[in-house]
Amino acid sequence: MYVAVKGGEKAIDNAHQYLAEERRGNADVAELTLEQISEQLSHAVSRVMAEGSLFDSELAALAIKQARGDLIEAIFLIRAYRTTLPRFGYSEPIDTAAMALDRRISATFKDLPGGQILGPTFDYTHRLLDFALAAEGLTPEPAEKTVETLDADMPRVLELLNDEGLIEPAVKEEELADSSVGDLTREPLEFPAGRDLRLQNLARGDEGFILSLGYSPQRGYARNHAFVGEIRIGEVAVEFSPEELGFSIEIGDIKVSECETVNQFQGSKKEPAQFTRGYGLAFGHCERKVISMALVDRALRWQELGEDKVAPVQDEEFVLSHSDNIQATGFVEHIKLPHYVDFQSELELVRRLRANALQEQMEAAE
Amino acid sequence: MSEKINDSNFEPRRHWMGVLARADLADLERHWKRENGGVHYRHLRPPETGLVMARGRAGGNGQRFNLGEMTVTRCSLQFPDGIVGHGYVAGRDRRHAELAAAFDALLQRPERQEQVKQHVIHSLEQKYIAEKEDRSKKAAATKVDFYTMVRGEDAS
Repeated sequence: MYVAVKGGEKAIDNAHQYLAEERRGNADVAELTLEQISEQLSHAVSRVMAEGSLFDSELAALAIKQARGDLIEAIFLIRAYRTTLPRFGYSEPIDTAAMALDRRISATFKDLPGGQILGPTFDYTHRLLDFALAAEGLTPEPAEKTVETLDADMPRVLELLNDEGLIEPAVKEEELADSSVGDLTREPLEFPAGRDLRLQNLARGDEGFILSLGYSPQRGYARNHAFVGEIRIGEVAVEFSPEELGFSIEIGDIKVSECETVNQFQGSKKEPAQFTRGYGLAFGHCERKVISMALVDRALRWQELGEDKVAPVQDEEFVLSHSDNIQATGFVEHIKLPHYVDFQSELELVRRLRANALQEQMEAAE
Repeated sequence: MSEKINDSNFEPRRHWMGVLARADLADLERHWKRENGGVHYRHLRPPETGLVMARGRAGGNGQRFNLGEMTVTRCSLQFPDGIVGHGYVAGRDRRHAELAAAFDALLQRPERQEQVKQHVIHSLEQKYIAEKEDRSKKAAATKVDFYTMVRGEDAS
């Protein structure tokens, strides 16, 4: 158990002053601006927004600067900050079908209405260090543009399968009938959690943890053979209904990443064989995260789809209880804080056990 | 006066509030300087930053869930003639919310509405659309046609 300690104020102050100096680094090197962070380290900003569960790129950039690039520390700062603000309410669900797309790809259909849009991707780069970037002052060629904008009609890829009845419908009557939406920032997580709480938890869960869990069914732990049906990255409008207006208004746009997987399903007594779905959605440009999220979401649906529970990725309590990196780091890292009293009693106990054992040995020898 | 605008009438207001929410502050300041007509307003609710929980749907159109919060700043103000304007804008810019509310009030004045729509809302919207289209054209340049290759051993 952690116990309060007294004293050490001067040393702590000095440690924080030292931290501030180290954060700044060599004063001969130009200081980072928040604009530089949000413009040039945009994936770090996306991650802090997604896992901090707060869409505000300026705050995320500030948190990254303050945390010296430690993204989990930055996420911690964001989570702490959000508790200082009042909650105005809940938005209308965002309409990702109406997204202003930067990117839209499918691994299942080559020819899509609207086409495959690569967007600003690392895919197909050679992953060779580009030493040209080490030199400053290089302005890249402006991106190519077409004369026409993208097709306005970009149907959801999985709806193409839905037309043939080959995939489970996304909308289920019983889910729509239940009007309540769980919110784990308001009520503590209880099990079994519904899919709403699972998706909220995964959307803000640690990318590394979700990635590893998503990898596990691919390697055979509760295999569900996933294809990426569609990935969409871009901006969507957020609609909110203020009480004083009585109708919904658009309050701005947010960038999100979305992934829908198409998974195998053998069929059960209730359902004919058809494809099933996994879903991933998160703030910012975070493709790896939403693909992983969709794999984990699908694995967690084992009960609903009548599958056997054979692997950790299907264990809702295990997954949801360990996905939050702020909870995890809080508990893991707290063991470095003073546990002197606790440890003293352990020390006493071990000494006594050893003394007793020695006594018994001596008595047995006599 | 009643704040609620009847159903047949809220679509234009919905539209201009959406445009104002996305406008650049510098543009709003410039337009306000030109259009305000010396009006003085009082705050009913001074600019205040808070959170809106953004929601998504499983599969894009299925079960609703809470995706995460976003910062939002709101402001309500009143003109001397009683007209009330509201501003709700993503982010933490208090002046942005205040000017959005001021324009919302101004646009509710029947004698000013058409002119402000044309001079302000239309121009803000054109800029917003142009930026969106520019991005869309860059994305469109990355539209790809993949050809599936027949593997050597499979060719017959």
